[in-house]
Amino acid sequence: MSKDPIILEDRKSFVLLNEKKQNNTIDCEKDSVSGAVSQRACVYCGARVVLNPVTDAVHLIHGPIGCSSYTWDIRGSLSSDEENYRNSYSTDLQEENIIFGGEKKLEAAIDEIVETLSPKVIFVYATCVVGVIGDDLVGVSKKKSKEHNIKVITVQSSGFAGNKKDGYKAACHALLSLMGEKKKSDEKDFVINYLGDFNLAGEAWIIKKYLKEIGVKTNVVMTGDSTCDQIENAGNSQYNIVQCAGSMTYLAKQMQMKYNIPFEQVSFFGVTDTANSIEKIALLSGDEAIMEKAKALIAREVDKTNAILDQFMKRLRGKKVAIYVGGGFKAISLIKQFRDIGIESVIVGTQTGKKEEYKKIRDLTDEGTIILDDTNPSELEYFIKQTGADILVGGVKERPLAYKLGLAFIDHNHERKHPLCGFVGAVNFIKEVDLTVNSPVWTFINEQGGEGYEQKELYQLERQSL
Amino acid sequence: MLDYTTKEIKERSALVVNPAKTCQPIGAMYAALGINKCLPHSHGSQGCCSYHRMHLTRHYRDPIAASTSSFTEGACVFGGKSNLSKGLQTVFSVYNPDIVAVNTTCLSETIGDDLTEIIKSTDLPEDKVVIYANTPSYTGSHVTGFSNMTKAMVSSLAEKVLETPTTTVNVIPGYVEPSDMTEIKKMLKLLDMPSIMFPDTSGVVNAPNKGKYEMYPEGGVTIDELKATGDSVATVALGSFASEAAAFELEKKFDVEPYVLKTPIGIKATDEFLMTLLSLTGDVFIPEELEVERGQLLDVMIDVHHHYHGKKVAIFGDPDIIIALTEFVIDLGMIPKYVITGTPGKRFEREINEMFKAHGLEDECIVKAEEDLMTLHQLIKNEPVDILIGNTYGKYIARAEDIPLVRVGFPILDRVGHSYFPTVGYKGALRLIEKISTAILDKYDRICPEEDFELTM
Ligand code: SF4
Ligand code: SF4
Repeated sequence: MSKDPIILEDRKSFVLLNEKKQNNTIDCEKDSVSGAVSQRACVYCGARVVLNPVTDAVHLIHGPIGCSSYTWDIRGSLSSDEENYRNSYSTDLQEENIIFGGEKKLEAAIDEIVETLSPKVIFVYATCVVGVIGDDLVGVSKKKSKEHNIKVITVQSSGFAGNKKDGYKAACHALLSLMGEKKKSDEKDFVINYLGDFNLAGEAWIIKKYLKEIGVKTNVVMTGDSTCDQIENAGNSQYNIVQCAGSMTYLAKQMQMKYNIPFEQVSFFGVTDTANSIEKIALLSGDEAIMEKAKALIAREVDKTNAILDQFMKRLRGKKVAIYVGGGFKAISLIKQFRDIGIESVIVGTQTGKKEEYKKIRDLTDEGTIILDDTNPSELEYFIKQTGADILVGGVKERPLAYKLGLAFIDHNHERKHPLCGFVGAVNFIKEVDLTVNSPVWTFINEQGGEGYEQKELYQLERQSL
Repeated sequence: MLDYTTKEIKERSALVVNPAKTCQPIGAMYAALGINKCLPHSHGSQGCCSYHRMHLTRHYRDPIAASTSSFTEGACVFGGKSNLSKGLQTVFSVYNPDIVAVNTTCLSETIGDDLTEIIKSTDLPEDKVVIYANTPSYTGSHVTGFSNMTKAMVSSLAEKVLETPTTTVNVIPGYVEPSDMTEIKKMLKLLDMPSIMFPDTSGVVNAPNKGKYEMYPEGGVTIDELKATGDSVATVALGSFASEAAAFELEKKFDVEPYVLKTPIGIKATDEFLMTLLSLTGDVFIPEELEVERGQLLDVMIDVHHHYHGKKVAIFGDPDIIIALTEFVIDLGMIPKYVITGTPGKRFEREINEMFKAHGLEDECIVKAEEDLMTLHQLIKNEPVDILIGNTYGKYIARAEDIPLVRVGFPILDRVGHSYFPTVGYKGALRLIEKISTAILDKYDRICPEEDFELTM
């Protein structure tokens, strides 16, 4: 067997070298190649990460135990009050349920939840196996809603039926079915919903604080630190602003149809994006006072933040970053954020990026940048060595890969411990980059291994390690 | 977070809250990583594989590679045959492992893929090996998955070539840390015992940093060694839940005599392990180095026995580990108030109950198999304990009730050290005592009145 192809034949069209003159494109939004060690997750995973931060709902996973136990307290979404969402509820299907159907067990589990907790809302997540055995989740949910006079909402998230982004959609449907009618309101203030922030490390709170300062009211954040009541009331806002585009644009579009609420894309990662987004929201309000206050806030924060960033930037000059994250939008905002602090992106990849997003990535990055869709550890290793990247940005599975390669690492996924958004986040971000890039620990790899960093040698090495 | 846990315990038959187990494929994946140059392959949707890799990555903090058949709706309707065939060919041509160990998932089990047939009909490179285990997640737990894959190693690879067995002993360490496997190998070496240990994840999931990424680090049992297990004189299976299936398979097929022992956690279980090995070699004397270790352990047990004696402890996690742990804490004079595993198995309860009876603890201590952590928390609310021993998930209860937690078992997602320092053997027992005693004293120092706050303890 030949060891030659670092990039699988079937994957060649998913890898792109940014050459500005040639108008080449990348393949994306397709199923992974079987056997390719994809880093992608499933539909259920997508639904779970989006819905999980609804703090006072019970999230019941209908399936065998694994699906629920891996997602127990899956992301560091903070709550200002209820914390029920952090528990793991499962029907723990057994063999006899697979053979005879799991509906009875699901019914019993719902009864048992109601007996001890009396929640307003139970989300019931479908996993692969219940999709195959054909349990009628909607039927059970309807029946139990009536019986207990609560909302039991089915999340159609059987894992095989697509990938993570289909799970986002399933979550959006669940959220929509929770929303009530639009009320006639005499609200004079500018009230918005903030979609696509999961309050990791309290990030939604930071943004809400900015909005409050300029006089914009936030109705509900979806779904970070949200409650069922707030979501029910979501139709009564004047505007939706969307941060995580991958997961929430669909919801924004649906809400536009259902409630006639327009939406606008924002990003609060990095100084430039944060300032632009605040300005944009102020403009949307059409309110002079808000615009004035926004200007003042931006002027104050930008100066303050840049002064801090400047101190760190000296220590980071010339470093190169490889980005491999879930969605295209996050990748785009990371490219900009790194550029803000003087670091160029030499590799940009996503798990579920869309055509338009890849086009944007191509426009944003320099000639020679490697662009990857649904990549795997071997490709990442290959291109990291080829480009001489100093930092990898990724999720859980990429961290040890980076470390083994002697590379600094930034977690820009569920597990971040410090808020990375807003002006505060921009400072945290550069501190984190500095901390990991300039850690003394890397010098030991250089000294001992000696083989790690010579570009030329690397070309020979990479093949041996495959 | 656990404000919802009520003191009143209501029987639940359908709902699991905060599980004390997870599903089979992850155990199979972990076992497969214990074969040299093996790439685990998960036959099902990519979500499962992604979760299993993520979880193992978090626990071991090392890159965990595994491929998947990437099921889509089509595979659910027409079966996963083409996905697996294609997947295997891709894996061998790109990642070039010596062996691929396939585990099924809920999905492929439910649609009923015939793996023997699929693998046979796939055109594979001649010098390469594919083994597989059935690991439906709706029975057993991750421990069952480990057991099934370990059994698959011998059922598909072991051979008997020689007329009379060698003097080699097969050792199956069970679902323990790579550091534990190293410690077990150390003991075997000190006894001068030719052995084959499988699976062996030491050097694989705690590999040294060499400044490069190696998909297949040096560790792991080799395919040749696995083949030779049929010629060994005996098999020592440590922990019945994770290891006896493979040992019995070797007995059934090649008459290799099985010895099923406890995981050697604690002084008694370690003694037993060593004595069994001695009985196999016909030796009578324990090597000097192990004598010294045992003596030191004993010395420390005596030095600090007043710290832990009479303390109430709740233990939860995987059956093999906590059966041995329960024995150890009883030997330390502690009271194993609650012993809980998520893995099903009446035998577990029976074994622990016997220990309770032998020590007159049956009226005050409770054991439950197939239970969740909500029940454990409720029990603790009804009668508190002084210390909790279990995996990372115990931290919620520990915080809610202000009980020190000693992290032992799988998974440990929030601390380091577990993959480098053993819990088994005399060295491991010493470490456990250090951890237990330190945890108790740390809490005491934190909450005791000023006048009781002293330099020496
Ligand atoms: S569906 Fe996958 S993750 Fe869920 S229990 Fe089954 S094997 Fe485990
Ligand atoms: S069984 Fe399906 S839903 Fe569960 S983790 Fe696996 S792919 Fe996702």
